[in-house]
Amino acid sequence: MLVAVVLGFIFALLVPFFSRFTKRAISLVYPLIPLFLFLYFLGFLEKIKSEGQILFHYNWVPSLGIDLSFRLDGLSLLFALMITGIGTLVFAYTANYLKGHQYLDRFYGYLSMFMASMLGVVLSDNLMSMFIFWELTSISSYFLIGFNNDDPASRKSALTALSITGFGGLVMLSGIILLQVVGGSYSFTELLNSSEIIKNSNSYGWIIALMFVGAFTKSAQFPFHFWLPGAMKAPTPVSTYLHSATMVKAGIYLLARFTPLLGDTIWWNSTLVTVGAITMVYAAIHSVFRVDLKGILAYSTISALGILVFLIGIGTEKSLLAAGIFILAHALYKAALFLITGIIDHETGSRDVSKLAGLQKVMMPVAIAGFLAALSSAGLPFLLGFISKEVMYEATLQLGNWALILTALAVLTKILLLVAGFWAGIKPFTGNLPSEFNKAHMPSPLLWVPPLLLGFLSLGFGMFPFFIQESLIQPVFSSISGSDTTIELKLWHGFNLVLLLSVLTLVSGGLLYFFLKPSKALIEKTFKFEVISPQNIIENGSNLFGSFARFWTRFFQNGYLRNYVITILAFLTLLMAYRLFGEVNIYIDWEQISTVSYYEAIVVLMMIISIIFAISTNSRTTAIVALGVVGFANCLFFIFYSAPDLAMTQFSIDTLTVLLFMLVLVKLPKNKSFSSKGMKFRDAFLSLTFGVLIAILTLEVFEEPSSSEVSKYFADNAYLLAKGRNVVNVILVDYRGFDTMIETVVLVIAAAGVFSLMKLDLNPSKKDL
Amino acid sequence: MEILLVVIIGFLHAGGLYMLLRRSMFKMIIGLILLGNGANLLIFLLGRLVKGNPPVIEDGLKVFTDIYADPVPQALVLTAIVIGFGLQSFAIILIKRVYNVLNTDDLDELNSTDEEI
Repeated sequence: MLVAVVLGFIFALLVPFFSRFTKRAISLVYPLIPLFLFLYFLGFLEKIKSEGQILFHYNWVPSLGIDLSFRLDGLSLLFALMITGIGTLVFAYTANYLKGHQYLDRFYGYLSMFMASMLGVVLSDNLMSMFIFWELTSISSYFLIGFNNDDPASRKSALTALSITGFGGLVMLSGIILLQVVGGSYSFTELLNSSEIIKNSNSYGWIIALMFVGAFTKSAQFPFHFWLPGAMKAPTPVSTYLHSATMVKAGIYLLARFTPLLGDTIWWNSTLVTVGAITMVYAAIHSVFRVDLKGILAYSTISALGILVFLIGIGTEKSLLAAGIFILAHALYKAALFLITGIIDHETGSRDVSKLAGLQKVMMPVAIAGFLAALSSAGLPFLLGFISKEVMYEATLQLGNWALILTALAVLTKILLLVAGFWAGIKPFTGNLPSEFNKAHMPSPLLWVPPLLLGFLSLGFGMFPFFIQESLIQPVFSSISGSDTTIELKLWHGFNLVLLLSVLTLVSGGLLYFFLKPSKALIEKTFKFEVISPQNIIENGSNLFGSFARFWTRFFQNGYLRNYVITILAFLTLLMAYRLFGEVNIYIDWEQISTVSYYEAIVVLMMIISIIFAISTNSRTTAIVALGVVGFANCLFFIFYSAPDLAMTQFSIDTLTVLLFMLVLVKLPKNKSFSSKGMKFRDAFLSLTFGVLIAILTLEVFEEPSSSEVSKYFADNAYLLAKGRNVVNVILVDYRGFDTMIETVVLVIAAAGVFSLMKLDLNPSKKDL
Repeated sequence: MEILLVVIIGFLHAGGLYMLLRRSMFKMIIGLILLGNGANLLIFLLGRLVKGNPPVIEDGLKVFTDIYADPVPQALVLTAIVIGFGLQSFAIILIKRVYNVLNTDDLDELNSTDEEI
């Protein structure tokens, strides 16, 4: 099982190396990988039917409770089969569709990485590893959607899709963690046992809210739906794969998977029904306003996803069954429609449904596939879509008070989807062939076989539902609903309300199809609502956030050094002032204070005068001399108070600094005064306040008795251990020898910097040459 | 005496910061040096003042017999003085170069990157 999941990743890693040695013909080998996986999963059908579920366990990060456990039950198996089955068709289709494309190998790499991630999502039992695979699907779909990476629109859609689904994934992660905190495990199987505890805990609302965001972003539910139409910028095989069976169904999978664990509460049901209903109606209306085939399919996909969320939300056994069937029915007919769109685009170069017609004359097999898919989407008898629609109406009709309105919404959605499906699957294949498409010809079998196969599957499963009833749908139903009820799929339900609704759907949909012609004028009418569309609002929101961040950055990082200093200084001053305010208790012990002799007083006076000079003078030389005096006065203090080493160092350093200053800076022009009076006043005020605070702080520190244990240790052992009499020197070269060494390195670096700056020739006139 | 030193420390800090806030690069370096002096003096003062008894063990003795000045702040300040010198000399050369290239002493004219020299 582990190999099955990882195979796609290994393959994706190997493809770039393969492609050096292999030529295009080899691309026919690629579909064998999903085909192999498909057959592998097909082999589990019998076992799942009898055993219900199979667990596989591999340790990964046991210390964090994260492991690679895979769980195969009806729901996972259905998804795994769709992922690999439709994957096989898409892989084969791509071989011809992107034939000779420069980056075909790269494309296959992304595609198989995506397939493997999807398999990981639907097979993981551990929620953490599911999350990792979940995000991997977002990332690999980013590459797939942005495959035409020289097109800015394509890059933008890819980024939108990534940020919406990636964001949702992160929100879901918090939900998973919360679930672990409450339920005590990351393992879904183990969590199932504590379902009641979780539902009754205080965090339940948070958990489902966070999980919903994850599912809704991935499955393009209102108001996060807009990334899906944008993702149509991808090559058609990608759209087929992502939007019929995989990516967008991951959210549906999540909801279905968690139904037995978190479902069947008022919050769960009403949220899902509301969001699902809004999405299905909103997107269905949108889909009949499009003329681009892919646009129509995008919105009808969103609508179908809405139906699924809606059905899961209703939560009765009937509705969960309907959801289970509809997942399969939708995957089959939508994949076919996407593939057909790709063929049409490939052969005619147009996707404008208002122009396309008469293509049945050149590509009959494609037309048959289109008819089958469109009819299944419409829910005509003898097709799988019919069964799913019947069960769905049955489910909505059982709802008592809400039955009327919910059934009406479902019927309305179905009518509009019928029109959208007919436009995509039937309209291009009826009437006369316009002259502009004369060059269209029969595509390669690699292109038309996959959709035709899917069409026949819809027909076959629809005509003989017992074929999938026990082997596939029953286990799916059991794992979504958690109940043991035996289901029965029937073609004929007798004359009843459901049949009447079906007829109503078909008749009014058919009429609408004949009277409503797709046109650009229709789509333009929707433009004025663009301002309040969720896409617009969310994009504006993110732009606003960007501007705010820019403003914030510009405000603090404005490029003026003094403003940075002022900010830091003002903050520090406020902090100290707050701390000292009301708590200053300076008690000066005059006994401890040493007396002031006259020479000290003179030095102090000298220092203060030279500080004032250094600040106020405009002459550079005066300032440097004043600075030198300050340094030497400092030096005198060190001499007075028993620090001969300091005095010597300070003396030499100060001399050097003054000399360097004089030599280097004497040639600069006269100091100019740049600042206004007000600014000077402000700066003076701020720095004086700070100076006073520092002085107060120093006095306060003086109150504390100084602890001299460290000094005492050094002093006592300086001679005994280190054989030195000058304790300061012993500390520097012995006790703290490493510090001193590194300090020396710093000085060497500074010296190297000074030297190179002096030698560096930056004469612009020479540099230009 | 300590009180007077505290006053000087306050003065050095205030003056240093005031100069640091000037637009002229030259004044900025003056500010940096003043601030450094202030900080050194502060640390030195916190080791308490002891007159005429440097932390040097007299010849013939193995340990101190008399009181002695605290060696730890002295070691710290010594390091600070030397590092400070490295910083100052680098800064001095740097503004010299900046002035040679851009012909300005005004920090406000240096607030954009990526401009052709």
